Amino acid sequence: MMKNKFLLFIMVLLVIPIAGWGQDETEPDGVVESVPPAPPTNLSAFDTPNDNGHSISLQWDLSADDVEGNLDFAGYRILRAESPDGPYEIRKDSIPRGTMSERDSGVKESDNQDYFPREKDFWYKVVTLHKNGNAESEVFGPVRAVGQLYNWGKTPVAAAVILFTVFTLFFIQKARAGAELYVRPLAGIDAVDEAIGRATEMGKPILYVLGLGTAADVATIASFTILSRVAKKVAEYQTSLIVPCYDPIVMTVAQETVKTAYYDAGRPDAYHEDDVFFVTNQQFAYVGGVNGIMIREKPATNFYLGKFYAESLILAETGSATGSIQIAGTDEVTQIPFFVVACDYTLIGEELYAASAYLGREPILLGSLKGQDYCKALVIISILLGVIAAIFNWDGFMNLFTVGN
Amino acid sequence: MKREIPLMIVFVTGLFMAVQFFVPHSKSEFVYEFVMEWTIIIGIFALALGIWSIVRVSANKIKRRAENWQYAIIILAGLISMPIFALTGGLESYMWRHFFNYIIMPLHATMFSLLAFFIASAAFRAFRAHSLLASVLLFSAIIIMLRFNPFLGFLGEPIGDLAAWILNVPNMAAKRAIIIGIGLGMVGTALKVILGIERTYMGSD
Repeated sequence: MMKNKFLLFIMVLLVIPIAGWGQDETEPDGVVESVPPAPPTNLSAFDTPNDNGHSISLQWDLSADDVEGNLDFAGYRILRAESPDGPYEIRKDSIPRGTMSERDSGVKESDNQDYFPREKDFWYKVVTLHKNGNAESEVFGPVRAVGQLYNWGKTPVAAAVILFTVFTLFFIQKARAGAELYVRPLAGIDAVDEAIGRATEMGKPILYVLGLGTAADVATIASFTILSRVAKKVAEYQTSLIVPCYDPIVMTVAQETVKTAYYDAGRPDAYHEDDVFFVTNQQFAYVGGVNGIMIREKPATNFYLGKFYAESLILAETGSATGSIQIAGTDEVTQIPFFVVACDYTLIGEELYAASAYLGREPILLGSLKGQDYCKALVIISILLGVIAAIFNWDGFMNLFTVGN
Repeated sequence: MKREIPLMIVFVTGLFMAVQFFVPHSKSEFVYEFVMEWTIIIGIFALALGIWSIVRVSANKIKRRAENWQYAIIILAGLISMPIFALTGGLESYMWRHFFNYIIMPLHATMFSLLAFFIASAAFRAFRAHSLLASVLLFSAIIIMLRFNPFLGFLGEPIGDLAAWILNVPNMAAKRAIIIGIGLGMVGTALKVILGIERTYMGSD
């Protein structure tokens, strides 16, 4: 009996260290057991402000496990359902660690796979992605996306537009009342008459290029106005005008503009519909066509007014090689240097828009120009104040100019 | 009435487009997109007018035996043949692809590549140091060219820093000033069009 008890005692003594030895091998000191991560807390969701009603914004507090250096914590996932009990679908996956807000958005087309319905209740959950498993936040809902009638983020733009309109209308009214408005001279505009006169003396045509813009581009609209003035002078001086067009709608408007200018000048018989014609709407084919006209017809004066891209220098250099006087103007900032180096006169940026007022010298147009100048002065003052505000950290002033989406 | 109705249409649509910018609601977006689709439809009709214009101008040239009238034949031949190839064999047909890949594309590439030579000739004229401002331009251009020349990397950081300063400070300041002016000019012109002050685009001022 005693012998058996002794054997049992020996076996227990042997088993305990063996078990302990085994345990030491599988779970060394310092290793964390498979404990599920803490979920994100305080989840809230709300209709995204200032949007078209197809997105919901979510915010949450980070999971307690979302700490620097915890490589087991992969990030978050957003789940959405049409009822609190589910089923939940994944809306956003692999949101990086440390993220506390996200937007669940989609498109408004109902036949699109990414459709996000408006004015429909949704419930949301945020899930942590962790090596040891996932932990879900509390369900939040219902929340629905609604389209807004006004984008408050664009209030600074609205204020600027209203201010600009008030300034413009005020100066137009002043001009109508007969006030003398001074506008500084523009060399490019002053040269228009001289250039047309030169063409008349030489007996050569004038080439007017409206650029690659469409009739909806403001630069093209400004160019139509200048074309009208140029065509009127051309009709008076009995010179010929060539207007090759890139866009068919632009061609139609240009034809009407030139025709009316000839009528206004009392020379309807001098107008030929074929002088304003469509070339092509392929950029470099158009350049080839216009360059061909320059080389064959050798116009005395070339006007490049409107929207121009890579073709600007190809046109202007060819015109320079054929010995034409060249007047250019565009609102494409990247093309202005090319025109400056290759043309005799260049209307830089806004001067293109101001040109019609300069040419017409009508009080109403000059009034609008004056309003523009005052707005520019306001912009300069705002920039100077902004610099001072930035130096002294006056965030309130700088936030006045922050524009949202 | 002939003038008032178009002006009224311009005023109403112009005002709607201006207001629409501040209204994010999807119904407002729908109307905006609807109107934009209409411009595409109008564009398609206008394309027919454009084609008619080029056919008429080219045919007249051939008829009058005007100078270089032979080019007009090539224009008409291209204008007629490409749609025929596309309509008979589709865009994958041998003839259409052949004409597109071996005639149109090389011609486009040739025109575009001329730009490199024109830049050189224009730069040669622009960089003549005939005045103080032209000399400043020349000096700035030399610095920028040195910075971006792959063979002159040994000139090191001072040139790179100076080039970056030229690009980011005086160049950027001038660029932004032009952009602000353009923005104001665009709004001013749009306002004049909406209010009917500017109406030469309708064929009369």
